[in-house]
Amino acid sequence: MPMNRRRFLLGTAIAGGGLLLGYATTRPSKHHLANATRSGNDAPFLTTWLRISPDNSVTVLVPHSEMGQGVLTALPMMAADELDADWNLVRVEQAPATDLFANGVLIKGFATSLGVSIPGFLDGLASAATMKVAEIMNMQITGGSSSVRFTGEQGMRVAGAAARQMLLQAAAQQLQVPQSELSTRLSHVHHEASGRSLSYGELAGAAARFEPPASPVLKRPEQYTLMGRPIPRIDIPAKVDGTAAFGIDARPAGMLYAAVKTAPVFGSRLASVDSASALQRRGVVRVVELDDAVAVVADNYWRARQALDAMAVSFEATPNDGVTTQSIFAQYDQALQGELSEDVEKGDTPAALATASSVVEATYRVPYLAHAAMEPMNCTVHFHDGRCDVWTGTQDNLGIRGRVASVSGLDENAVTVHAHYLGGGFGRRLPNATNTIDQATRIAMQFDVPVKTIWSREDDMQQDYYRPAVTSRFRAGFDAAGRLTAWENHYIGKNEPAEAAHTPYDIPNQSIAYADSPTHIPFGAWRSVAHSQHTFFLESFVDELAHHAGQNPYQFRLNLLADKPRHAAVLKAAAEQAGWDRNLPAGRARGIALQESFGSIVAQVAEVSIGEAGEVRVHRVTCAIDCGRAVNPDTVRSQAESGVIFGLTAALYGEISIDKGAVVQRNFNDYEMLRLRESPDIDVVTIESGAALGGLGEPATPPIAAAVANALYILTGQRVRELPLKNYRFTAAPSERA
Amino acid sequence: MARFRVNGTAQELDIEPEMPLLWALRDELGLTGTKFGCGIAACGACTVVVNGNPVRSCVTPISAVEGAEITTIEGLAVNAAGGLTPVQQAWIEHQVPQCGYCQSGMIMAVSALLATNPAPSDAEIDGAIPNVCRCGTYPRIRTAIRSLTGATA
Repeated sequence: MPMNRRRFLLGTAIAGGGLLLGYATTRPSKHHLANATRSGNDAPFLTTWLRISPDNSVTVLVPHSEMGQGVLTALPMMAADELDADWNLVRVEQAPATDLFANGVLIKGFATSLGVSIPGFLDGLASAATMKVAEIMNMQITGGSSSVRFTGEQGMRVAGAAARQMLLQAAAQQLQVPQSELSTRLSHVHHEASGRSLSYGELAGAAARFEPPASPVLKRPEQYTLMGRPIPRIDIPAKVDGTAAFGIDARPAGMLYAAVKTAPVFGSRLASVDSASALQRRGVVRVVELDDAVAVVADNYWRARQALDAMAVSFEATPNDGVTTQSIFAQYDQALQGELSEDVEKGDTPAALATASSVVEATYRVPYLAHAAMEPMNCTVHFHDGRCDVWTGTQDNLGIRGRVASVSGLDENAVTVHAHYLGGGFGRRLPNATNTIDQATRIAMQFDVPVKTIWSREDDMQQDYYRPAVTSRFRAGFDAAGRLTAWENHYIGKNEPAEAAHTPYDIPNQSIAYADSPTHIPFGAWRSVAHSQHTFFLESFVDELAHHAGQNPYQFRLNLLADKPRHAAVLKAAAEQAGWDRNLPAGRARGIALQESFGSIVAQVAEVSIGEAGEVRVHRVTCAIDCGRAVNPDTVRSQAESGVIFGLTAALYGEISIDKGAVVQRNFNDYEMLRLRESPDIDVVTIESGAALGGLGEPATPPIAAAVANALYILTGQRVRELPLKNYRFTAAPSERA
Repeated sequence: MARFRVNGTAQELDIEPEMPLLWALRDELGLTGTKFGCGIAACGACTVVVNGNPVRSCVTPISAVEGAEITTIEGLAVNAAGGLTPVQQAWIEHQVPQCGYCQSGMIMAVSALLATNPAPSDAEIDGAIPNVCRCGTYPRIRTAIRSLTGATA
């Protein structure tokens, strides 16, 4: 794998005889400067990643955000494994939000060098064409299922291996023996022949005097001691006793609370506010008018909210006030009749369709979706002494530092972001989805005390950056021998990842094209981004083709994967584990779906029945995943379970509709969530293919909607081409009735 | 003046009687382990135990808890051996939380259920725990509860 030339492996001594080591994403001179600016007894920060102290502890600095995906555990595991550290002596710290701890270069650099697409969350911040080092320097992004794949593989492991090598050199010198006679285990260097050993803490100071190796040798999988083992997550104990601090829990001294009412139609502006009554209410300090919103600031959040709700507020009319879900889909239909842009062009699809002995056509649609993270959006900001402190949970602490700086006009170095746990991210807390942060900053600018802005659930539901609604049209042709020869797909809006609409199946003639059809609805990355829509389309339509061809949908797919052995293996694993060929009780059916995303391949089999009210019941989901290799197998399972339930919630219930230019749904009573009683048993099969590490946070989300819809077709004879499933009342076909 | 007990400590607050217990706990008493999720009793993130019963604190006015004994996540383990209750221990053993935001409410609801019904059926668990977990930790929640009741899948 090519090394990124913009990185430097650096080591330095720290006070008291420790070693600090990591890969830098900046030039060494910058680190000397940074170290020089730090005073007192602080250990000087060189750059990312790990610090070995004289007390033999190892501290790993993690530049990503913990939002339940286990990154605060998995990344230190990778460093500690290469280091041969004793896991009990490993401590984990959140890397501070300074550019010395940026991870943008890693994501960008390695995404490019691996030939995979740049994650879509970088859009607008750093497009592939215009990305400048200065911009990527300022990212500490957690998204695109990238932390373990890039920071872990290319940063943590290399830093750990380099540190181990330096410790070995120091031990060889100290013990006056050849390095080849030494071994490392549990944070000690051992000389078996003489029975002597030295702790890493004892060696760290001497090790810091060696130059870090340019290309340290990494372990082979059979040498791993931590990677591949189910290590308990370090963030869990604080999450069972109420001590875990989320952004919404920040309580800086003297803090006030803000409740905000934002223009319901995106792009509208505040017209008038009658604040007289609000100002007379108990605890209310001030009413703050913003361009598109009004806020009440009070000494208690409930008081702020009550006063806001009692206030008369009006917003300006906009040209979008008549937009509805129906008008958006009509606009899409029109766009698909117009000029299209090429996505994939292979063979001669028009000719293949013209000569096909049968052609299958279908149009699919999915609605907008909200993220609905459990922790309502919030941000606490304190302007004081020409500086600013920010407390929030974000998928990019550095990005938010930059955002607050640009909104407030402060220099970035005058902004300190205090990282917190995220009560769910899913793309909602990426640095290009900052409407809450922007409001919180503008409100707090009018105060010299900290102000915590909290959005209500309704605010978040109605002011999100939504997963876009998409329409997708297909035509496919079979030749006289029954072979699938033509695949035509026209869809709305190409988003990231760029390959989301591509089919993995071996079809000689393919024409995939898209139309842009912008609306005024803000959109953003939603767990698995464009895969969430396209996998439903692709895997449902392929299922249609299998039935059209009179073939078993599993075998039909397998036959088209002759040149994709990893895909075929995952599909087989899911089918075998689910007992695809075994009979089910009457009234139940299985559906299957497959997708590669973020470097991982996932196949799912859903076992489904129809309830008494015609509703869909999902009993069991088998999820086979090939993510190359599992760093923390328990986290692989938990992320697969999570991805299935997230995708299933969307398939069953997810629907944000638009009326009068605004979002209709308000809260969990009309934007429903899957709950315990509906949660299927989930059986996760992990395939250790040894391929490059794939992501985990997102890949289990895309296939489930199609897997369920494909089972429903078998049960009911009805092909689901629009989601969500709550809008249907299904009747089991006579042959399938229990 | 509102008077009630939280985690064994008497509290006296000069607040509006209609203020929801959630905001009294979080903003007035600084007990931030209890979470705001929806404000309409639809998600359960704010669940606390009032006189032994699970209650959605976001819609419970302070006037309704006058003189009551309230337990929040911070007070759950006060008298537990080993610093954590069996429910909390099971949550660690089965690695239940992901983002963790809903888990205070989950743990309070499960604790209240098991205190009155030590061996609930699956249907009783489903009925008693309608809380929302956006990360989808439900399979592990069920496993953790079963580990406490001796039931198997």
